Amino acid sequence: MTDVEVHLARYSTALGNTRFSFADLREVTAKASPARSGDALAGVIAETAEERVAARYVLADLPLDVFLSEALVPYETDEVTRLIIDTHDAAAFAPVATMTVGQFRDWLLSEEATTKALTALAPGLTPEMVAAASKLMRNQDLIAVARKCSVVTAFRNTIGLEDRFSVRLQPNHPTDDPQGVAAAILDGLLLGCGDAVIGINPASDSIPATVALLQLVDELRERWAIPAQSCVLSHVTNTLEAIKRGAPVDIVFQSVAGTQAANTSFGINLAVLKEARDAALSLKRGTVGDNVMYFETGQGSALSAEAHHGCDQQTIEARAYAVARAYDPLLVNTVVGFIGPEYLYDGKEIIRAGLEDHFCGKLLGLPMGVDVCYTNHAEADQDDMDNLLTLLAAAGVTYIMGVPGADDIMLNYQSTSFHDALYIRRTFGLRAAPEFEAWLQHAGIADADGQIPEIPPDRGATMRLLESMGV
Amino acid sequence: MSDLPAKDPWAPLRQYTKARIGLGRAGDAEPLAASLAFQLAHARARDAVHMPFDVNTLAAELAGLEPITLSSQAPDRMTYLRRPDLGRLINTNDASRLASGDWDVVFVIGDGLSATGVMAHAVPVLRATLSKLESWSIAPPVVATGARVALGDDVGARLGAKMVVMLIGERPGLSAADSLGIYLTWAPETGRNDAERNCLSNIHPPDGMGYEAAASRLVWLMHEARRRQVTGIDLKDEGEALTLE
Repeated sequence: MTDVEVHLARYSTALGNTRFSFADLREVTAKASPARSGDALAGVIAETAEERVAARYVLADLPLDVFLSEALVPYETDEVTRLIIDTHDAAAFAPVATMTVGQFRDWLLSEEATTKALTALAPGLTPEMVAAASKLMRNQDLIAVARKCSVVTAFRNTIGLEDRFSVRLQPNHPTDDPQGVAAAILDGLLLGCGDAVIGINPASDSIPATVALLQLVDELRERWAIPAQSCVLSHVTNTLEAIKRGAPVDIVFQSVAGTQAANTSFGINLAVLKEARDAALSLKRGTVGDNVMYFETGQGSALSAEAHHGCDQQTIEARAYAVARAYDPLLVNTVVGFIGPEYLYDGKEIIRAGLEDHFCGKLLGLPMGVDVCYTNHAEADQDDMDNLLTLLAAAGVTYIMGVPGADDIMLNYQSTSFHDALYIRRTFGLRAAPEFEAWLQHAGIADADGQIPEIPPDRGATMRLLESMGV
Repeated sequence: MSDLPAKDPWAPLRQYTKARIGLGRAGDAEPLAASLAFQLAHARARDAVHMPFDVNTLAAELAGLEPITLSSQAPDRMTYLRRPDLGRLINTNDASRLASGDWDVVFVIGDGLSATGVMAHAVPVLRATLSKLESWSIAPPVVATGARVALGDDVGARLGAKMVVMLIGERPGLSAADSLGIYLTWAPETGRNDAERNCLSNIHPPDGMGYEAAASRLVWLMHEARRRQVTGIDLKDEGEALTLE
């Protein structure tokens, strides 16, 4: 065979009387991906269901290390690719270095792939490898493998320990009204939520508004002596400016994506993330750990910025996790259904994407949470969210969002509620982060088992907390 | 202090937020009343997404300003929802209506994801803004159906406007199906990214931002954009502190 024929044979397979050939690694990877609207929008989706399975047969037989020699996004022009390749840990990769993608999928499910083995392997894996493996996995495979991963991070409490389940308290308000924000924080605390972070999306992108919210939540945290961290989810450059102005910044937030061009559309690059992390570390505000970064991602953000390089959206999403892990984050979550039906059309696609993102993040060593959510122009409802939430709890998700009544009145979408967190903790026997749980018990909110009963153990204490709002 | 509170302790806090706080419990779940209220709000938001944009009524409200109406390349609502790329481009049949001129700014009103929000709030915000822009050369307003934010870039570039202000319906939430967003972009041309814009969101009085507040902040941003010849993350919205003083 000529070189060209060898190349074509590598990316082709015969199924019955039909031969399926793919131009390159990028096309095989994209067409192996489960169907979703964003890949159709990008024009990279398999044309038939049979072609999709053919792509999976081809992908399964490729050597796992092909992703180290063939970049899906060019090394020369993309700093995310350079980050992935230049920081790859060959020694950690060694146990799976000679496997095919298909063998790697089987190995992940095997008893050999213990928690310890997966933890040691994480620095040796690239996003493209884990994304490829995920395309050969059913939902139950994604759950079973993710469940074996352990990722623990800390700041004022410890997140990700076994049998723990944390919640970001998300008390957003359409005009950043301080009392409105504080009321939602109190509601969440009284329902046992807030151990991952008390994280406010500001309605205004002004620096004075960011500083005011930082001061508000820090004052509440100090007054009630809560072992939790706060965050105002402004643009990283705003947070840097807030730090310079002396604001009480615990955790630096930023949305990140999987290509340099997409990150440019967010107004960031790797250097500014490092600058922000260094600035936050210099404040030394963590008491039990120094993970100071919080990243959000979501399938489709690169295509939205026309910065996807012809790749499928799930592969590009996994590359965002390589950006995140370079900064030892406290928290990372995909905002899975936020972007809309042009990327994930309905409940089925949102559920699949949520499980993929959680699996890829965990395998790469991230403290992975999921914003289980949807918008009103998607074909989804609360029943779909209950399904995804329950599946993620089975997969050992690190945290979810807690929004009063699941209704974010500022960002105009539906996420999960404080009540949803109660349901998960009770149903799966999970508890809040230990430091936070101790505070809940001390405050008379949680019982001795860490659960939040309908009648608080100390009703007087919770009433005093309410009254301390000054009403 | 008695064991049972005489009144709902959350009642005073509800004046500060429409968030669904203090719902109570049915076991670990929300009580049925809260569950049904949520379902009703979701049903209304779903209906708002699919409500048709009444271009003729809106154009009539702008009669003295000689509005130009046009469409994006998205032929219907279902295509619009799945193909944002088509919503960013002007239907080529409409392009001839946009003659290039020496404009400081063009205002574009687009349906976005809530025609309800645009019909309710776009004209009052536009009028409040125009009253603060006496010495500006302002192009006729454009009313666009099937519009995404970036459609304004296409419009602004064809008109030769120095900046474009896009007033567009935000995607409906449960508590607000009628929220308006405003995006300001200096030197509009196709291919601008979101980091090159400044945004004011949640304009829906009385619960969200009001018309005068939105207009004041927009005008501040427009003056700064013209002075510094840039929008986006290089132009921080420090106007809030100024307008509060």
